[in-house]
Amino acid sequence: MTEETMTLEVTRYRPGHDREPRTESFTVPYRKDWVVLDALNHIKDRIDGTLSYRWSCRMGVCGSCGMMVNGVPKLTCAAFLRDYRPGPIRVGPLANFPVIRDLVIALDDFMEKLRRVKPWIIRAVEKPVADGEYLQTPAQLDAYKQFSMCINCMLCYAACPVYGLEPAFVGPAAIALAYRYNLDSRDEGYRLREPVLAIALAYRYNLDSRDEGYRLREPVLSEAVGVWECTFVGECSVVCPKGVDPAAAIQRSKLAGATDWLLSMIMPWGGRR
Amino acid sequence: MPGDDGYQHDLLVIGGGGAGLRAAIAAAEESNRLSIAVLSKVYPMRSHTVSAEGGTAAVMRENDSLDTHAKDTIFGSDFLADQDVVEVFVKEAPGEVIRLEHWGCPWSRDPDGRVSVRPFGGMTVNRTLYAADKTGFHMLHALFQTSLKYERITRYDEWFATSLLLEDGKVCGVTALMEFVQYHPTGLPGTGILITEAARGEGGHLKNKDGYRYLQDYGLGPPTDTPVHRKMELGPRDILSRCHIQEHQKGRTFDGPDGHYVHLDLRHLGEKLIDKNLPFVRELARNYVGIDPVHEPIPVRPVVHYMMGGISTDITGKTSLDGLYAAGEAACVSINGANRLGSNSLTELLVFGARAGRAAARHAQERPTLRSNPLAQLASDERRRLDQRFLRADGREKIADIREEMQKAMESGCGIYRDRATMEGTCQTLRKLRERFAHISLADKDAIFNTELIAALELECTLDVAETVARSALAREESRGSHTRTDFPKRDDARFLKHSLAYRTPDGPRIEYLPATITRWPPEERKY
Repeated sequence: MTEETMTLEVTRYRPGHDREPRTESFTVPYRKDWVVLDALNHIKDRIDGTLSYRWSCRMGVCGSCGMMVNGVPKLTCAAFLRDYRPGPIRVGPLANFPVIRDLVIALDDFMEKLRRVKPWIIRAVEKPVADGEYLQTPAQLDAYKQFSMCINCMLCYAACPVYGLEPAFVGPAAIALAYRYNLDSRDEGYRLREPVLAIALAYRYNLDSRDEGYRLREPVLSEAVGVWECTFVGECSVVCPKGVDPAAAIQRSKLAGATDWLLSMIMPWGGRR
Repeated sequence: MPGDDGYQHDLLVIGGGGAGLRAAIAAAEESNRLSIAVLSKVYPMRSHTVSAEGGTAAVMRENDSLDTHAKDTIFGSDFLADQDVVEVFVKEAPGEVIRLEHWGCPWSRDPDGRVSVRPFGGMTVNRTLYAADKTGFHMLHALFQTSLKYERITRYDEWFATSLLLEDGKVCGVTALMEFVQYHPTGLPGTGILITEAARGEGGHLKNKDGYRYLQDYGLGPPTDTPVHRKMELGPRDILSRCHIQEHQKGRTFDGPDGHYVHLDLRHLGEKLIDKNLPFVRELARNYVGIDPVHEPIPVRPVVHYMMGGISTDITGKTSLDGLYAAGEAACVSINGANRLGSNSLTELLVFGARAGRAAARHAQERPTLRSNPLAQLASDERRRLDQRFLRADGREKIADIREEMQKAMESGCGIYRDRATMEGTCQTLRKLRERFAHISLADKDAIFNTELIAALELECTLDVAETVARSALAREESRGSHTRTDFPKRDDARFLKHSLAYRTPDGPRIEYLPATITRWPPEERKY
């Protein structure tokens, strides 16, 4: 009996050698318990040692191995060959990102945006360790828990049509993480994250009849493209492998931002939460 | 690789996992003048701390005490932990987990808002804090995201350290306790993916092919419906892994395409509890073995899990090389001795990551600036070495072949049960593999994102580690903790209440010994 096989059509790109990405086909053994990442490892070990891609934990929690599989953003450690029979399977780098080589994309933009949303607990006064933990009820934990499950795998950015068109958009994962801290009962940093998130404050003054500072705020606004850019397509939540709902975080941040904005319109020069 | 001038920092952290990030933050808080860098071969939030599941041990409740945590840890280590270090460890543990709570770690909570604690193997009290069953993931992300707050911490993501450049390096590095490799009793067959000990802490049962809770036949009984500390499924990992092998030898395990296995049965816990406290177990079992643990038992077997040994350090994290500190799984300080208790490792990386970070920061403040000329020369030598060794070499050997043969040799000679003949065979195989490694051939000669070169460098290091494991194991003629010899089945305190230290020589590691530190807990028979 001949061994059953499957074909992978893999996007290759070597800077300095290839002017444009090209596709190369590899035939690998078919095993029903193999994931796409196993097939890539087989190619690297046995067929072509130059194939470049990222992977680490192989159990869906480190977020390294996101790629386009048949045009859909997937963790390749959780995409089984058996679900793509008879093939071929197309494997490419995540969409919407610059490609470093083959299946490896550049994350620098996300890392910079992540820092910009201040994803850490912000307190007016820090509690000394000797005073023990902050009490947080299970209900308070549940309020933000799902947004803390983000593994930074970038599948949502690859699926996001807005990020594809407007790279300045902060994007689903970073907004979800900002929202995660805003919802955490231990955190007091809401106002500090707001400029990036909602930029409602700038809009509020721009729209104020007494204000003449529109042009002065413009650089800040164009730089801090936040949740207002999202057209609420919701693809980010569809592709998330961890059940995080970035679309909900974006939508609810929009509402919160709009509420603040309305409040400030009713009570100019004050009244923000 | 850096430019010809290189980059300069006062303190460099190699590795962006839990211990590395905790060290970087501790150093940043120790001094606001130091320039600190974190160099990591993966983006820090991808580091392997992310895979830890079950929890983090610390004394948090009135019914617990530092002495009980210390005694459980020392007992679990089969008396090879340094007891002065364990005392510091249990004392600083509560502050570290609270600090992480203040940094946003989403610990699971009791109805009154306090952090919850769960039972864990070998512990006499509920003292393991947890974030459902993704504790390592949440700790790592909390540490990483908190580290972003410090502008003086510069990151070098996806950089690989190939060598330590020593201005006048006469001292040789030392590893300790390398023969002690922990098998975790419940991994998935084939992939080796871990099913956390928390599944048993929550009340899961291990059953053989007759549906019988076999651990009662190995002195761990009596079986009870609700979990009892240190009994049955809450016994320590080394003992449970040995029970599995013995059960297999009696013909009472299942046989599958990926070898023998038993059942981890969670069905009686119910869907609600599984979804609340073990959601990742359910996700992994569904995805990787097509089993829903709410309705079916999970196939499990012992899998290689953790290195008790590592770079030998003192209680501050200092190694034998001036200016080099180590912490986390890479280090051996030693709190784990011959067998680590589950949920002590995440605490260890916090306590000793922080200690090493503070000590390194103090050292960097006191030490005069290094002379950069000799370092630039050393750096260019290292660059030439890598180039000639890997990128211009034209050999016949393949990375994957050597790696697979090394894995087979380690599994057959240095597994759960060991004896002289199989270990000697493994040592010989490793020597031969090292010779073959000299003729390695890389297809990839590129300078950009060359993952094949990284794989070769990792394999070279892994061969070093494998050899220290095998040689240390061969020299230890007793059974203790995770090191079980069929030809020396008893513990021998007269000869081996000692740490093995491995020194590198051209002919393979040289093994020496250092007595374990005993303070208040004299060795006794380890019986659960």
